[in-house]
Amino acid sequence: MNLTIAEDVGTGPAARRENGGRLAAVARGETVPAEVHDALARETPALTIQRFNLWYGDAQALHDISMIVPRGKVTALVGPSGCGKSTLLRSVNRLNDLVDGVRIEGSMRIGDREIYDRAVDAIELRKRMGMVFQKSNPFPMSIYENVVYPLRIDGERNRRVLDEVCERSLRGAALWDEVKDRLQDSALGLSGGQQQRLCIARAIAAEPEMLLMDEPCSALDPIATNKIEDLIDQLRGAYTILIVTHNMQQAARTSDFTAFMYLGRLIEYGPTEAIFQKPRLIETYDYVTGRFG
Amino acid sequence: MSESSTNSGGGAPRRPGGRLGRDSAALLAHGEPAVWLMGVGLVLALAMVLGLLGFVFWQGIGTLWPTPATRVTLHRGAVYLGEVARDDRFQPAEAVIEALPPSAIERARAELDANEGWAHRRLIRTGNYELTGEHFQWVSDFEIAQEERPPWALVIERLTWGRFYGEPTAFQLLHYTDEFAETSDPAERRRLRLEHARRIAAELGEAPGRTIRFVAGPRWVAPEEVSPNATVAAVAEIWEGPAAAWAQFLRHHGAVRGRWEERRRLEKYDTGRINHRKEKARLALRRREIALERIEMKSGAESPAAARARAALELARAEYGKTDRETEAEFLAVRSKIADLNRENARFRLALVTADGRNKVIELADIVRAYPANQLTWRQRLAIYGSRWREFLLDDPREANMEGGVFPAIFGTVVMTLIMSLMVVPFGVLAALYLREYAKAGPLISSVRIAVNNLAGVPSIVFGVFGLGFFSYFVGRGIDELFFAEKLPSPTYGTGGILWASLTLALLTLPVVIVATEEALAAVPGSMREGSYACGASKWQTIRRIVLPRAMPGIMTGMILAMARGAGEVAPLMLVGAVKLAPELPVDGIFPYLHPERSFMHLGFHIYDLGFQSQNSEAAKPMVFTTTLLLIAIIAALNITAIVVRSRLRRRFQTGVF
Ligand SMILES: Nc1ncnc2c1ncn2[C@@H]1O[C@H](COP(=O)(O)OP(=O)(O)O)[C@@H](O)[C@H]1O
Ligand SMILES: [Mg+2]
Repeated sequence: MNLTIAEDVGTGPAARRENGGRLAAVARGETVPAEVHDALARETPALTIQRFNLWYGDAQALHDISMIVPRGKVTALVGPSGCGKSTLLRSVNRLNDLVDGVRIEGSMRIGDREIYDRAVDAIELRKRMGMVFQKSNPFPMSIYENVVYPLRIDGERNRRVLDEVCERSLRGAALWDEVKDRLQDSALGLSGGQQQRLCIARAIAAEPEMLLMDEPCSALDPIATNKIEDLIDQLRGAYTILIVTHNMQQAARTSDFTAFMYLGRLIEYGPTEAIFQKPRLIETYDYVTGRFG
Repeated sequence: MSESSTNSGGGAPRRPGGRLGRDSAALLAHGEPAVWLMGVGLVLALAMVLGLLGFVFWQGIGTLWPTPATRVTLHRGAVYLGEVARDDRFQPAEAVIEALPPSAIERARAELDANEGWAHRRLIRTGNYELTGEHFQWVSDFEIAQEERPPWALVIERLTWGRFYGEPTAFQLLHYTDEFAETSDPAERRRLRLEHARRIAAELGEAPGRTIRFVAGPRWVAPEEVSPNATVAAVAEIWEGPAAAWAQFLRHHGAVRGRWEERRRLEKYDTGRINHRKEKARLALRRREIALERIEMKSGAESPAAARARAALELARAEYGKTDRETEAEFLAVRSKIADLNRENARFRLALVTADGRNKVIELADIVRAYPANQLTWRQRLAIYGSRWREFLLDDPREANMEGGVFPAIFGTVVMTLIMSLMVVPFGVLAALYLREYAKAGPLISSVRIAVNNLAGVPSIVFGVFGLGFFSYFVGRGIDELFFAEKLPSPTYGTGGILWASLTLALLTLPVVIVATEEALAAVPGSMREGSYACGASKWQTIRRIVLPRAMPGIMTGMILAMARGAGEVAPLMLVGAVKLAPELPVDGIFPYLHPERSFMHLGFHIYDLGFQSQNSEAAKPMVFTTTLLLIAIIAALNITAIVVRSRLRRRFQTGVF
């Protein structure tokens, strides 16, 4: 996508001063309302986040995040390192529950079900979401067993079902042709890119409603990255995808919506095209063009 | 700062602006002394390990090799025949030299002068303990008037009295005469026997190099000279001369040993089986008696329950009587079979003369192995060496463990080590799982961890005392009272046994497994656990399917260390079940096949027993090394097996390269 910045964005000194104050205000700890584009109001939300706060012990990592994740679309989370992207992502499937001293406030809903409701079983919740990590983490078992792991823990024994899921997931992750002859080999013998695609296959094996991806390509070479981006493209529509990325080109290429975060706050959120071509805030412009971050 | 620190630890810092000092006077300045020190340490450690192994190997491997037999005649007239066990140097007393004849004194003095007062002497294993009361004899070189290796010197390994050294003079083969003598009149019987003897002699006929004698009381007479009043018990065929006697020995020894083996099988297995059956019936009876006693105590002697118990007791008594009669008959049958075999074997005998001229007749059944030590070819030597190893590895011990094999000890060691591993690994892994995965870190957990580590430092004999007190006396007696009351007062579990020994050692090696497992668990990457949780796995599912398999090589390492430690441990075993001689193996063909209550033999204890508890420690010493070699080999084999399994597992977990 050819990124050209529109004329009417305030690039003049005055705008810069006025907008530059926004990040400075965030840094001072002031509350700054997020700039959310209207296009989002027309989408059906798969996930609704409202006034979500999270603390690691005494340190607050997320401040008053309110946003929706549109159903069937790819949403990218961008922002400088340590701004809370992973934390937000891991909050969605309650993986942060495993970290000692985590405290949350606010609400996160799938449909009208509150994720952090006491009655919700975190295990059931995670079964409805697939997650792909920054560092690929195949399990120490065969390729086959890796893919069907989510079914295995549900107690699925039927060989036909497992075989079918294995093939479908591996095809879905564009890995089938490469590994179909060695499904019983150790997954740890695969290359880095293959391992990551295997993790994607595992994440989609149980047919989740949502796919959470935390910088899935940051440890991969360009060819492997390409494959995974193609894959995300193919999965679009079938899944709601929330992806964290450091790579602006990737966000621009793969996502439908982009959220820019800074120091635990949502700064600007809108359609990817708008964020990259006509951001409302100069900070977003600076960030997506690599002038800061 | 980073520049100098990248330049390896222990090295000299770079002098600013100058090149590295190459000053040979200052070693510290240009070398890396720490590396040298490490090298020296490594070499020392290797040298000690290899030295130890090499020494044990060298001493142990040669023990069973057949050496030639030497006959020495001393100036003072004594003659010894035997194998040289070892030699050394000593300073003889003046009186010893002066007791020699004059010509010998001169030579002895010359030898002493040449060696600064030291003389050479050899320890000769002379055997023939029942005749001489000695197993060994020191012989100094200067005492010897004559030394040779007689071609017909035989080395004989026997079932009793240890080795025998001598030259064969004759082979005797008896033919019994009493088979058809069925009359009560003594004179008639004598006549029939004599007639039978004549018939046998006639059948045997004439053969070159063989004479026929009639065995009439202690005197053996030629057939023509026998008095008509003598009772001829047997006809003896006699081959005179060493070569002929040896040829006959080779012809008959195999069959005799075969019968002997059969006899042993009868004694061991058949008798054992019958005994077992009888004992079972006795125990059943005893159980009824106890039941009756209990019921009478509880509900009175007149109650209907007591009457029923009494009836059952009567039934059991009748059953026992029947079993008793049957087993008695079986016993008789077995015993008569054994007697027949013995009688048959007693027909074959070898007559020998010792170096000091004494005669001795040995039954072939008593001879385990015999060979003319000075006539052996290399092949024959190797064959004897092999057969000795086979006996050592596969046979039961005899003669207070000094001869024969160590099979029961090998078996006991392996079974005990396996049971121990089966016990310690699950316990250790569960404990480590709790400590590492479930327990909240805090002072309590820290102190538990410290306690576990300290457990590894407790002297092993303390564990033995604990095992005896807790397992044998407390748990074991409880089990006995509950389940084996009919066997009391003789204990079943209430004494040392292979189960208690294994448990004691499991306790001893528990810290090793816990520590290794904890480390292995800690080394499982967090990303793997998160991946599993993200798939919706519970904690236990994650542990069972991801964490444990991944930690398995580390757990195996703990098991290997535990096995190595446990298999070599002796002190606690002496208290909880290892014995000098166990009548039965802990695993055998009698239901329920595994007998965890039985005492057992253990190689480590066997070594101690051989080396320090036997009357003839000089003869036992070489066996100590051989047994040690075997123990090391077994531990190594167990470890290598575990290591192979572990490396298989590891290969599964190897990460691919990018
Ligand atoms: N397990 C944790 N314990 C304490 N602080 C954490 C933990 N994980 C992340 N943080 C902190 O939370 C903030 C956000 O981290 P993260 O979500 O990983 O950022 P990003 O993914 O955007 O780089 C950082 O300041 C980080 O130091
Ligand atoms: Mg991150």
